[in-house]
Amino acid sequence: MLNIKNNYNTENISMELTNRTAAWREELRKAMKNKERTEITRVNMNELDGEYRSRNYEEVNQGLNKDQALLEAKRCLDCLNPSCITGCPVNIDIPSFIKNIERGAFLEAAQVLKMTSALPAVCGRVCPQERQCESQCIHLKMGKKAVAIGYLERFAADYERESGSISIPEIAAKNGIKIGVVGSGPAGLSFAGDMAKKGYDVTVFEALHEIGGVLKYGIPEFRLPNSIVDVEIGNLEKMGVKFIKDCIVGKTLSFDDLKEQGFKGLFVASGAGLPNFMGIKGENLIGIMSSNEYLTRINLMGAAQDQFDTPVLKGKRVAVIGGGNTAMDSVRTAKRLGAELAMIVYRRSEEEMPARIEEVKHAKEEGIEFRTLHNPIEYYGDEKGRVKQMLLQKMELGEADASGRRKPVEIEGATELIDVDTVIVSVGVSPNPLIPNSIPGLEVSKKGTIVVNENLQSAIPMIFAGGDIVRGGATVILAMGDGRKAAASMDEFIQKK
Amino acid sequence: MNKIISKENFSENVVSLDIEAPLIAKARRAGHFVIVRIDKDGERIPLTIAGSDIEKGTIRLVVQKIGVSSTKLCSLNVGDYIEDVVGPLGKATHIEKFGTVVCACGGVGTAPMLPIVEALKKAGNKVIVVLAARTKDLIILEEQMRQYADEIIIMTDDGSYGTKGLVTNGVENVINREKVDLCVTIGPAIMMKFVSLLTKKYNVPTVASLNTIMVDGTGMCGACRVSIGGETKFVCVDGPEFDAHQVNFDEMMMRLGAYREQEQAAFAKYKEQL
Repeated sequence: MLNIKNNYNTENISMELTNRTAAWREELRKAMKNKERTEITRVNMNELDGEYRSRNYEEVNQGLNKDQALLEAKRCLDCLNPSCITGCPVNIDIPSFIKNIERGAFLEAAQVLKMTSALPAVCGRVCPQERQCESQCIHLKMGKKAVAIGYLERFAADYERESGSISIPEIAAKNGIKIGVVGSGPAGLSFAGDMAKKGYDVTVFEALHEIGGVLKYGIPEFRLPNSIVDVEIGNLEKMGVKFIKDCIVGKTLSFDDLKEQGFKGLFVASGAGLPNFMGIKGENLIGIMSSNEYLTRINLMGAAQDQFDTPVLKGKRVAVIGGGNTAMDSVRTAKRLGAELAMIVYRRSEEEMPARIEEVKHAKEEGIEFRTLHNPIEYYGDEKGRVKQMLLQKMELGEADASGRRKPVEIEGATELIDVDTVIVSVGVSPNPLIPNSIPGLEVSKKGTIVVNENLQSAIPMIFAGGDIVRGGATVILAMGDGRKAAASMDEFIQKK
Repeated sequence: MNKIISKENFSENVVSLDIEAPLIAKARRAGHFVIVRIDKDGERIPLTIAGSDIEKGTIRLVVQKIGVSSTKLCSLNVGDYIEDVVGPLGKATHIEKFGTVVCACGGVGTAPMLPIVEALKKAGNKVIVVLAARTKDLIILEEQMRQYADEIIIMTDDGSYGTKGLVTNGVENVINREKVDLCVTIGPAIMMKFVSLLTKKYNVPTVASLNTIMVDGTGMCGACRVSIGGETKFVCVDGPEFDAHQVNFDEMMMRLGAYREQEQAAFAKYKEQL
């Protein structure tokens, strides 16, 4: 359970915060009967009104207040073998941070989070907890709702940030060994945090002009404010991590350059930023773009705000093709840019949608239309080449496919023509070939992912890789888990040499 | 932040800037480009590298005033800083000994052609450059081209310098005169389209360097996508150079107009503020 012990200085303070048999914790457990705890109803997140928020970029989820957090923390039974931890890709010591909240030690709760997670305020907001930690909660076995672990994580991280007394995790003595990180997304940041804790001299190289990867260009302000990401990046800087923007490893600096500069290890976390298109007729018409382009223009470049130079096409009738979180982010953004019609077009039914349930709910509350069991087959443009209509094929569900989801099948002859002026294609991403192609000798799969062994080590021993460049498009927290694992493996690899 | 080390006005609307970027200067090859963001509120624009000086650690960009960002960039002076310069991006030009190569360029397309002419010459090719512009004042880099080119043919629309006519007239004359093994073309899309149509007629393999709308320039968004032989490709990572005979130039020109209204409105507003 407490695998943190291995990776973390077991100073008295840390032990005191995470020791299940500490006196304060024994006392907490005795203070209430389990039956009383399970009878408390799960807290609801405070949210802005749907109609109000669909016209601005304010964060939709408003977080828990102290009373809500204190009450929700009581629901946790502080299990002897907490299964929730196994559901967390970075193995946060969940009962320990929650019990610190229960005793009112909010800053200490944040400290526990930071022992294993470089970005708790981010994860508390964007992790699909219902499929991770919360899916393993003991309450579910009793037919009750899971403890709101994600909400509590966010509460502790936000409390610490707003308190102005942010703690920096304990850092081992500097060992002077230079380590490079390619990409400043969640995998790279998590790796950088762990390596800095272990005493390494860490430099993160980022191709864009902002640090944060998808947290900055992808996930919109109304779900994850950039200011929060910046605070977490600031924490890493305080831990000694260096960030170099506008620098592409393999292009600006070659792998050989890095070796010459004395780098002893490289973690490639360049993501799966290459957007997929469907390859259907008319897809290159004006007004049809990838989610990545649309969200980058708005989130990273400030398009749609007056003082910024980057333009964006603000559609009146916007269709977003796909059913993932990126599709939800895009369609909710379109609504905020003033779309009269903002709709999701998805080829399966709502049940199969990969997006978080919460995001689907929020989208509906904001007036997003859902056209499920529909798939675009052709686009038509006007004389200037701007898209004006799309032809949708109606679908029905057939047998389950290899992924276990029921396969959408065309209903012959059933099509529908819809007027649209903007289409956002959000049908997934592939690994970006830019970095793999730039490092000779790196083994790459047919799909373009970097091939690694179980320790996340590539065909070139000093290069490790993780996150979407290894997995294809996945989640923020899986990327962070990879960062953590790669840090442990690389540390072992370097120490053995 | 990248400092401007020197500046030269090629003409009223065309400026050459040497910018401090030592890593890019060292890594860049002919055909590479950079993405530039001029200030904190700026957009990201692609510019092909026209040359570099490894010792000084500078790269050369040649910019024509056409909208807000290019005008902002042209108005910067020596000692000023550019917020972001990232690169080198794209695939470098494929250089080998082809035989006789005709390099057809127009307007500011002449600047990125210069390093290609140099590299082709050094690889042992006979290089004939067709330099075209609307009028005499807009002919740039003629002297620098002469350092490497075996022959330079200058074409102006109005006949104010060199021969009166279009770039295609110059290229056709060469093809009629001698065997051409390769044509390379850089310039406005419409010019490259007509060069491509011409060389296709004569079966001369042709490479065009495409200048599409870009955002990140690293393959992340697909804003720069074009159809090559019926397949969608991203100019920033798969290009910028492609077999010109496979390029759907009409689609490319259409896509270049995607933001025309916004661009014009923003430029009008910018000029008002000046």
